[in-house]
Amino acid sequence: MALPAILGFLLWNLLPMLASLVISFTEWSVVSRPKFVGIANFSRMFNHDPLIWKSLYVTAYYTFLSVPLVIISAFLVATLLNQNVRGLPVFRTIFYLPSVVPAVANAVLWLWLFNPDFGLLNTILTNIGFQKSLWIYDEKTVIPSLALMSVWGMGNTMIIFLAGLQGVPRQLYEAAEIDGANFIQRWLYITLPMVSSVIFFNLVMGLIGTFQVFSQAYVMTEGGPNNASLFMVYYLFRNAFQYGRMGYACAIAWTLFVIVLVFTIIVFKTSPAWVYYEGERR
Amino acid sequence: MAVDKGIRYGSEGILHRVSVRKVIWRTFIYAVLIIGSAVALFPFVWLVRSSFMQMRQIFILPPEWIPRPFVWQNYIEAMTVVPFGLYFQNTIKIVVGVMCGTLLSSSLSAFSFSRLRWRGRDMIFGMLLTTMMLPYAVTLVPTFILWSRLNLVNTFVPLTLPAWFGPPFYIFLLRQFFMSIPYELDEAAYVDGASPLYVYWRIILPLSKPPLIVVGIFSFLGVWNDLLGPVIYLTNPDKFTVAVGLAQFRGMYSAQWHLLMAASTVVLLPVIVLFFIAQKYFIEGITLTGMKA
Repeated sequence: MALPAILGFLLWNLLPMLASLVISFTEWSVVSRPKFVGIANFSRMFNHDPLIWKSLYVTAYYTFLSVPLVIISAFLVATLLNQNVRGLPVFRTIFYLPSVVPAVANAVLWLWLFNPDFGLLNTILTNIGFQKSLWIYDEKTVIPSLALMSVWGMGNTMIIFLAGLQGVPRQLYEAAEIDGANFIQRWLYITLPMVSSVIFFNLVMGLIGTFQVFSQAYVMTEGGPNNASLFMVYYLFRNAFQYGRMGYACAIAWTLFVIVLVFTIIVFKTSPAWVYYEGERR
Repeated sequence: MAVDKGIRYGSEGILHRVSVRKVIWRTFIYAVLIIGSAVALFPFVWLVRSSFMQMRQIFILPPEWIPRPFVWQNYIEAMTVVPFGLYFQNTIKIVVGVMCGTLLSSSLSAFSFSRLRWRGRDMIFGMLLTTMMLPYAVTLVPTFILWSRLNLVNTFVPLTLPAWFGPPFYIFLLRQFFMSIPYELDEAAYVDGASPLYVYWRIILPLSKPPLIVVGIFSFLGVWNDLLGPVIYLTNPDKFTVAVGLAQFRGMYSAQWHLLMAASTVVLLPVIVLFFIAQKYFIEGITLTGMKA
């Protein structure tokens, strides 16, 4: 029954993946013929390209800031949107809205929010007595600013949690309530373990997706200021489609691939300790 | 309800305190929901107000919130300069193909990866996951070459067919949900002589409405907002999708922001309606009545 997935993997994924691996050992500008250069791309990357280290650092920094922020806030919001309140359908829809507003509209809006002179964020900061920030226009604050913006787009993570919360049997809550457990205790000892399989999913997908962050750099910062938001995939994209270095781009991609793979394996290996599956055969 | 209790048992102290706490708790929830809604509505309000403005008013800093004058004309113009009717039809065709394919193939595969036992299962599952770890940008060119060799460029096939072969993201998602369904249910069915297909269709799927709804919403949105796929694979304007239509306001009319915002609002409306309807199915899917009791 997993046949479609296996076939799909062989048909649409394996071939392009292998192709990109082969390309990573060549010099290729997409229009010319590829020329085999051995490990030259990789040795250049590790020995002669300081930008790759910079991009690796900012990508990791962004990932470790954004992923926990998004997961925690999405989980809290999902919990709220699972309470028995009036107008729930409307609240749920509104909280999901930021994730479906076209990316272009979102980007223009955020450029204004972050604007150091007229932006709403600085207006709020000065009103409550803080100093203005340069947000995405300062090397030091650009990554935290983009991480803040990523929380805005947590809608998809949130509705996965919301779906997960439906799988928690009400009887467990009722039993706990009779035993005198308060809301926090019920949340900690029932909700959390029961949705741990969904937290696990969001963590793994968050890592995989966020390591490949691209559009924020492309639309809002162009990798700046001073390469402080030069994410790996954005740097890769520049190499592939602006500098005509497809071979080098593929080498970067496979390096990133290995990094993401290592982190994913670590999360998978730790999962038996903290993920609970009701349907596990015991 | 809470207030009711408070009045009735008011003299009994403890119960009274409980209900007061409940009222405070409810107030807190509503406060957070309303403040959060205001924040979440921000981009949408911004989009809608821009859609009624003249282009130069959109970017005035600090921004103005009331369009002056109110330009309804933006909507009429946006819907006529780009043939959105046709684009809607094309997009719907792709959406139907992708949604059906995704729901069927990924749930079937996820069932196999979570409820059946076979050799190499977890290894193959791991391999499926790795396909998501390689940036799209580098598999793009080889994938395109593959489709053009098959002579399928400028058809909907490259956009719809892969959905019928279990996209890994959805398999992983559904697998996580299927794994939290008690295994006793399957066992009981197998004891009665049911086939795996029966268990999949009659037990696992009916208990998995919320995650299946999520898969439906995501695959719908994936097509609705996908710009890269159609731009790469569709060359004939007769086949364009709504996302391509939106992009045209930036290309051929050199960034007609007011029209883009109006068209974006129109394109967004079906999504909002769909989500509003779909979220109703986020209700408790599984009850353990009579089990483990």
